Amino acid sequence: MSKDNQILEEFTSKEYEHGWSVNYEADEAPIGLNEEIIRWISAKKEEPQWLLDWRLKAFRAWEKMTEPEWANVHYPKIDLQKLRYYSAPKQSKKPKNLDEVDPELLQIYERLGISLNEQKRLQGIAVDAVLDSVSVGTTFKETLGKLGIIFCSFSEAVHNHPELVKKYLGSVVPMTDNYYAALNSAVFSDGSFCYIPKGVRCPMELSTYFRINAANTGQFERTLIVADEGSYCSYLEGCTAPQRDENQLHAAVVEIFAAKDAEVKYSTVQNWFPGDKEGKGGIFNFVTKRGICFGDNSKISWTQVETGSAVTWKYPSCILKGDNSIGEFYSVAVTNNYQQADTGTKMIHIGKNTKSRIVSKGISAGKSQNSYRGQVQVMKRAHNARNFSQCDSLLMGSKCGAHTFPYIDIQNSTAKVEHEATTSKIGEDQLFYCNQRGIATEDAVALIVNGYAKEVLNQLPMEFAVEAQKLLALTLEGSVG
Amino acid sequence: MLSIKNLHASVEGTPILKGINLEVKAGEVHAIMGPNGSGKSTLASVLAGREEYEVTEGEVSFKSKDLLDLSPEDRAREGVFLAFQYPVEIPGVSSTNFLRTAVNQVREYRGLEPLDAVKFLSLMKEKMKLVEIDQKLLSRSLNEGFSGGEKKRNEIFQMAMLEPTLSILDETDSGLDIDALRIVSNGVNQLKSDNNATIVVTHYQRLLDYIVPDFVHVLYNGKIVKSGTKELAMELEEKGYDWIKEEADKATV
Repeated sequence: MSKDNQILEEFTSKEYEHGWSVNYEADEAPIGLNEEIIRWISAKKEEPQWLLDWRLKAFRAWEKMTEPEWANVHYPKIDLQKLRYYSAPKQSKKPKNLDEVDPELLQIYERLGISLNEQKRLQGIAVDAVLDSVSVGTTFKETLGKLGIIFCSFSEAVHNHPELVKKYLGSVVPMTDNYYAALNSAVFSDGSFCYIPKGVRCPMELSTYFRINAANTGQFERTLIVADEGSYCSYLEGCTAPQRDENQLHAAVVEIFAAKDAEVKYSTVQNWFPGDKEGKGGIFNFVTKRGICFGDNSKISWTQVETGSAVTWKYPSCILKGDNSIGEFYSVAVTNNYQQADTGTKMIHIGKNTKSRIVSKGISAGKSQNSYRGQVQVMKRAHNARNFSQCDSLLMGSKCGAHTFPYIDIQNSTAKVEHEATTSKIGEDQLFYCNQRGIATEDAVALIVNGYAKEVLNQLPMEFAVEAQKLLALTLEGSVG
Repeated sequence: MLSIKNLHASVEGTPILKGINLEVKAGEVHAIMGPNGSGKSTLASVLAGREEYEVTEGEVSFKSKDLLDLSPEDRAREGVFLAFQYPVEIPGVSSTNFLRTAVNQVREYRGLEPLDAVKFLSLMKEKMKLVEIDQKLLSRSLNEGFSGGEKKRNEIFQMAMLEPTLSILDETDSGLDIDALRIVSNGVNQLKSDNNATIVVTHYQRLLDYIVPDFVHVLYNGKIVKSGTKELAMELEEKGYDWIKEEADKATV
């Protein structure tokens, strides 16, 4: 037993790979949060009046709100007045295309293994790269444009497609939805915007890569995906941040709108800096993600692999409004050292014959706490709603915790809701078995953990699945000796 | 190949092995028999390097290396294979994926190139015939939902893939019906050569009808109390273990 623990403790000591930062001249807002700052950001981005008004309305609502405390996470209070709300690399002029982007900025992404230039030619993935508060470049714009697909930074969308932004912004996550969503609505700086027109099947993966570089800066980005009738797209999100002693705040909002017969698949591999072995530093990841299956027969599928962040607090959700619509949530959340995660989903069944499926796989190591929190709600007129939830927890060592908080609210007697939950431990028996076949312990843990998470990893697009597998192994590397 | 001298081992402070001496040469098959609780499985586990077992005295050399000094994975890479009495399940990991990781780590240790997918699959096809194992079984999660017979067959299949120099079969016959027993033994016999050796740990003589041992040792109370040839196993089958216990107990008094 004690040996078991010792092994598992040793397995937890791999350093964060993307912990470096780059010095570049930045265009920054003054530190602090007030109406002036919001006007400053809006002016900086040359925004129309309606958007400034929208921000200010959100800000005033936010001022009256208090930080929620119901999540199973503990962290020092963030002094929001000490943060900077806008930081962008200085560029002499706005780049019109990738060739005009400062090579130094492109290099940041090269170093992360995302070559924007190479990507432009080789892979079937279009990337929007967001650095701190702004988007530095989007690839494959022209190719997508031919199909009528709009994929660009949020700021560009505000200027070039104001009617779409105006129509859908805040339509899934209202500005006053919660404390952090309201804050985001007031100060958001950039993000990605995506529109798939009627009947178009997006031929490549769309991807946003978020990188926080600046210190003491919060990242507040917004992603808005609109899939019009009968369209399809698969969207990927990746993120990293430098290793710093202070905590940094990332409070994003993602909204997905799926019209009749549309399908959106949203995948995240989240690898923010988790803090060091003593629990110092790391990103606070307080994100609101929600999709609405607005039209009949529409489908939204969330897949997330959460490995980073000191504190994670997010619930990618689906509002199943259209009849026969489908919501899915696949999640692997790994916590190690002193990380805390409170994550899960909400499935709100409104339409008839709506279906939802939840597969959550938690992995806790070190002294971390990992909570699944999920809500399944079946409204009065949601006849024949179906839900299946499976929540598994895998424990490594005896100092970590796994918690499950399922909430079920059924208002229609024809609903069928199933919930399964298991908790297991990586056993010394399994490790020894692998060792006896010549497999080193660390590889054995990677093998076992990936096997455990397979059902979720299978949902990811190929390139991402491979990355996610490596990431899982890396996050847990060193926790068994 | 294997030389065990005065081996003592204990679990959580309780001595289980109390001075084992055994010499195994290439090409030989040794059977270790004995009543329940005599230390047979402990011996197998100690040789494979299981952590709960503490070696308190004695030495073991394998191909003139100090076996006890090697980590469990390095013992495996040196060619020690243990067919488990109770193979564990690893959900979500296919036998194929598991074995490919194992085979390539062993090859890397031996300075060989890793096998690519094509070569690995053709090697698998060839070895599958030995134990009449179905490819469908190998694409399923390792041992998950396998019947007792399938698990044991899979153990021998892994043995065929890893080509060990010393194979230790721990109660491989337990839970097998007569057909499975024949298939498993057949596999083991085909893998036998002048360059490798086998230690068969078993409670019953039945398995030894199929895998014919050169030597039979009886383990009792943590020691080998009697050694002989195949005939000794027959005698045990006929008379049980009591007479051996009596003899051994008399000797210690």
